[in-house]
Amino acid sequence: MGATKAVTEATFEVEVLKADKPVIVDYWAEWCGPCRMVAPVLEEIATEHADKLDVVKLNVDENPAIAQRYHIMNIPTMSVFKDGQVVKEIVGAKPKSALLRELAEFI
Amino acid sequence: MNGNLPGLLMVDAGALERGKPQVSEVRDVIIIGSGPAGYTAALYAARARLSPLVFEGSVTSGGALMNTTDVENFPGFPDGILGPDLMDQLRKQAERFGAELVADDVTEVDLKATPKQIKVGEDVYFAQTVIIATGSGYRELGVPGEKRLSGHGVSWCATCDGFFFREQDIAVIGGGDSAMEEATFLTRFARSVTIVHRRDTLRASKIMQDRALANPKIKFAWDSEVAAVVGDDRVTGLRLRNVNTGEESTLPVSGMFVAIGHDPRSELFTGQLPTDAEGYLLVDQPSTRTAIDGVFAAGDVVDRTYRQAVTAAGTGCAAALDAERWLADHEA
Repeated sequence: MGATKAVTEATFEVEVLKADKPVIVDYWAEWCGPCRMVAPVLEEIATEHADKLDVVKLNVDENPAIAQRYHIMNIPTMSVFKDGQVVKEIVGAKPKSALLRELAEFI
Repeated sequence: MNGNLPGLLMVDAGALERGKPQVSEVRDVIIIGSGPAGYTAALYAARARLSPLVFEGSVTSGGALMNTTDVENFPGFPDGILGPDLMDQLRKQAERFGAELVADDVTEVDLKATPKQIKVGEDVYFAQTVIIATGSGYRELGVPGEKRLSGHGVSWCATCDGFFFREQDIAVIGGGDSAMEEATFLTRFARSVTIVHRRDTLRASKIMQDRALANPKIKFAWDSEVAAVVGDDRVTGLRLRNVNTGEESTLPVSGMFVAIGHDPRSELFTGQLPTDAEGYLLVDQPSTRTAIDGVFAAGDVVDRTYRQAVTAAGTGCAAALDAERWLADHEA
C-alpha cells in the first residue's frame, strides 16, 4: 500500500477511464515473482510524480475480465491510460531508470 | 583504511539507520547481485561482522529463482519451496545479521581503483573488497517476431503468464530442466503444451524428463527449431524447421515460452575482468578469486557447469570467506 491504489472491475471506470490525469495500471498477481520486484519501484514513481500521474494496481486473478479486455498476456504489464485510452504499454519488470525513460512523456 | 575499528562500525550503524551509507565511507565488502550466491555471501559476511552492502538489483533481485515455482532440490526443504519464498528467506537471514540490502542497479564499477568504486547512477560507493554475484539472464531465440510479440504471447516467465493461456495450445522451447519444469507447470492451465527441442534427446535431469514424458498434455517436436514467431498483434503460431531435413511446418499455438538457457550477466565488468568466450567470469578455482586482487565472484556468473541454487549458495559462501581472509591479511 501507500502511494498506489488497488482498482477492481467495479472501480476501473471511475479510477482509470474517467481520471483527469494519466493513470498507470499495473497488472499483477500474488504468484508473479517479477511483479513483486517491480512493485516498490512503482510505489516510488507514484510518490515522486503524484502531481502528474496516478499509479493503480489491478489484480488479474481477481479481475480477469479487465485483463482480458485489454489483451493482457504477460505480467507485470504496465499500461498508461489517458482519456480512457491505452497510450503506452510496458511489458515486464524493468529497473526504475528504464521505466522512467519509458514514462518520460507523462512526467 | 577501514578494518574492524569500533569507531568505524558505529559509522556503519548510523548509516543503517539513515538507510543510506555515507558516500565517503569505505565498506569492507560490497556485494553486487542477489539470488542464492549474493544472499549467502551477504549472510556469511554479515556474521563475520563485515557489514556488507548488497546491491540486489532493482528488478532482478532474488535472481533466476524469482521466476520459478517449486524448488524441490534445495536441501532442507523436503516438501519443496517456492522460488520467491526461498529467496525471501535467504534475504531475511542475511538481513538478520546486519547485511544492508539496497534494491538498486549498479551502473558502473572501477575495480582496479583503491578503494574499489561502485557507482549507482550519480552515487559512488567505496569498498575494500567486492563480491560479484550478478547471475545470468534469459537467453532469447533471436528469431523474427520474437521481440515484436513479446508481451503478446511470447514469454520468459511461465509462472507469471501461464494463467493467461487457459485451455489454449502453447509451446515451450528448450530441452533442459527449466523447459521441463515450465512445460509441466503450464499444463495446469493449457490444453496442450508442445516442447520444441533442437535434438532428439533431452538435457534435463531424469526426474524432470520422466515427469514431462509421462504428462498426457505434453507433446514433443523433436529435432526442431523455431524459424519465426507468427502473428499480427498476438502469437498465432510458430514456424518450425526440422534441423535434419530443413523441412518447415507451422505449429498453431497462442503462446510461446522460451527456456533455452541463460547467459552470464558480466557486461558490467567488461574490460576489467577476464571472461571465457561465453562471458562467464574466470576465477582461480577452487577459490573465488578473480584476476583483480580483492575481487571475488560466485554463482551463475561464474558457473557454466552446475548452475544450481545450492551450488550458487555454496560459492557465495566461499566468496565471503575469501573476502574475509583477504581483509584479515590486509589489515593495517
